[in-house]
Amino acid sequence: MKKRTLRIYYVVFILISLSIIFFLFIKTFNENLLFYRSPSQITAGEFPKDYIFRVGGVVLDGTLIKSKTSTNVKFSITDYEKTIDISYNGILPDLFREGQGVVIRGKLGTDGIFYAEEVLAKHDETYMPPEVLDSLKMKEKTIEDTTKSMNIY
Amino acid sequence: MISYIGSFIILIALLNASLLVLSKPILSKITSDYDSLILSTSKLQFPLVLIAFICLIVAFVNDDFSLKYISSNSNSALPFFYKISATWAGHEGSMLLWCLILSFWTFMASMYSKSLDTQFRLKFLSIMGFLNLGFLLFLVFTSNPFEKNISIPIDGKDLNPLLQDFGLIIHPPMLYMGYVGLSVVFSFAVTCLLQHDFKKEWAKWIRPWALMSWSFLTLGIALGSWWAYYELGWGGWWFWDPVENASFMPWLITTALIHSLITCEQKSMFKNWTILLSIMAFSLSLLGTFLVRSGILISVHSFANDPARGAFILLFLTIVVGGSLLIYFKNSPKIKDNISFDFFSRESFFLINNILLVTATFTILLGTMYPLLLDLLGLEKISVGVPYYNAVFLPIMTPLALLAGYIPILFLSKRKDKKYMLNHLLASLLVVIFLSLLSIAFFDNFNLNVLLGVFIFIWISFNIIYDLINRYYLSKTKNIFFTNIGMTLAHLGLAVFILGATIVENNKVEKEIVVKIGETIEIKNYAFKFKSISEYDGPNYLGVKAKFLVYENNNLITELYPEKRIYASNNNMPMTEAGIDPGLSRDLYITLGSLINDDVWSVRIYHKPFIRLIWLGALMMVFGGVLSVLSKRKSKPVALSG
Repeated sequence: MKKRTLRIYYVVFILISLSIIFFLFIKTFNENLLFYRSPSQITAGEFPKDYIFRVGGVVLDGTLIKSKTSTNVKFSITDYEKTIDISYNGILPDLFREGQGVVIRGKLGTDGIFYAEEVLAKHDETYMPPEVLDSLKMKEKTIEDTTKSMNIY
Repeated sequence: MISYIGSFIILIALLNASLLVLSKPILSKITSDYDSLILSTSKLQFPLVLIAFICLIVAFVNDDFSLKYISSNSNSALPFFYKISATWAGHEGSMLLWCLILSFWTFMASMYSKSLDTQFRLKFLSIMGFLNLGFLLFLVFTSNPFEKNISIPIDGKDLNPLLQDFGLIIHPPMLYMGYVGLSVVFSFAVTCLLQHDFKKEWAKWIRPWALMSWSFLTLGIALGSWWAYYELGWGGWWFWDPVENASFMPWLITTALIHSLITCEQKSMFKNWTILLSIMAFSLSLLGTFLVRSGILISVHSFANDPARGAFILLFLTIVVGGSLLIYFKNSPKIKDNISFDFFSRESFFLINNILLVTATFTILLGTMYPLLLDLLGLEKISVGVPYYNAVFLPIMTPLALLAGYIPILFLSKRKDKKYMLNHLLASLLVVIFLSLLSIAFFDNFNLNVLLGVFIFIWISFNIIYDLINRYYLSKTKNIFFTNIGMTLAHLGLAVFILGATIVENNKVEKEIVVKIGETIEIKNYAFKFKSISEYDGPNYLGVKAKFLVYENNNLITELYPEKRIYASNNNMPMTEAGIDPGLSRDLYITLGSLINDDVWSVRIYHKPFIRLIWLGALMMVFGGVLSVLSKRKSKPVALSG
């Protein structure tokens, strides 16, 4: 083979592999984005269907039901407009309390219940997760002294 | 009283740093001896900041709650050692620590730079002085640890319980030594640009500094990972958390840098590229500081949201990164590079190493910054999940790890003919494949990922150890045996790390279950009996302690005591303390969940095979890096102590 044809093959090969890599990269990136939604948005149907996403709000007082025999828990979160029921099987974070802001990762079931894979709560009762804070439009509330108990932040 | 001394000394240090930055024409009016002024002020900076730092420690030990920083980060009931470590546990104090370490590196750079040309040396120290000045201004105007309370509280708010821990005492100083050590490399690169030259001897001079920073960064990151593992109660060792990414990106770039510096030193190649890497490494550590300190990212590392701090660091970041990049684009064409090289040469493999490392860095940068940008623009609130990093990062790192196993010995061996090397490659490949397949017998849960991990481990260690033995017998003086021992150890560390990480991620067993007192849970050949639970009083908390008996093949091997603690002085903040039985081949890990019913608790019980290899591997890398610096220093005394 002539040196020039060899070089052309070489360049074409590199270009093709680069574009495949780029395509795969963008695909992976898009598939692994987690969107955040508030209870109001979910009620209005604005959420990625069949995908895992995150929802945030305040745990509604008096809604936490713990199973007596397993790690199953049920509770509701609210943005003071709409409410979403959450179902979770696992150990809640140390700082999970009623009246506290939480962010939850999971999937919305066809029954309208959000099935959580991970529940994130933050230290200190004065603290709200920023997403929750935004959707509650309570920006004047000060954020203080937060702690890493979770992986997302 | 002591706090006034601290404040005052900080101001003196600020003045001292500004002397370093002032240009020659101005300073020449004050003093006739510009050179020695620069040299002495660059050395004076360290003792000054050290005195201020000691003042803050003394104030902490004396419970001086008239200081805002102390009253919000300490408490009279806090144990003595945590009072000392609380000095750098909050934002203000950790910035003072940053300034202290920066002044320490400036001091070292001033001490050991006699071998450099005087003009070069003075410019270099002035740039270090500029960085000192920037961070001291930041400290004084936005985060002064000596700021007074308007009214003095009776007692302090207490230190965040998560930070009341041995890991915290050493993690930040080590990480900062690494972050800030890169400022030496950065200042050096900018000076090269200003001087329009990057000589071989200079490359030789700067490499030990890059290696030291790299070793400290490795140690700091490993300590952080270890701390998160036992303190957060999740049993994970890496979360792809933006704060972790912020420290990992400079590490990757510094890894690329210590490889490209070899080429600079030996072949006068990749000079401009190396300078760019140096700028990138320090810029990424500044970016990390910005992300962590501005409160954009919420984590244990961001203490308070203060827009002024974010704005200041952003401004400083713009000046440093923007300025250095401008100089780079203007001056780098003037630095002559030797660019012709063979495809089948050490240089081209170093280039591949660099491309892979930089690509990996950019994929992490995208995952970290893209959600922040979208949020700042008010478009969408998203986060990038762990699967993204696993899917993108691992394919980039696999070829890199494969290269790490063969390239060093390929070019260290004395016989350079291609036929010999090809035969050697095939022979070792056969041995390694055979050994990897043999290892299948030892795993109860074996999949392709584990096979790949084991293969890479055996591939790197087999080749490197074979080469070590080979060199030992071939070398007459035994000198060659020792010169590359650091490199050998660091690459073995990488192999050990990869082995641990793949096995633990693929073969771990994690159970979240409900247990009644007296019940037994079984995992693999271990049985965990929930014996009892009791309450007790800690120094500054109330604790609940469970007792688990652990049996291996029905023999009692140990007792584990996972705890729950309530810190009354800290808004009744609850904390989980894991009960861990560490071992080289596995960790057994128990944390308490919550009280379900009478004597029924939810618990997490983990079996983590070979997780210790992750930190063992990192430690080997650290020692490898330090050994490299020491052996270079010994063999070529001119290079460092000049």
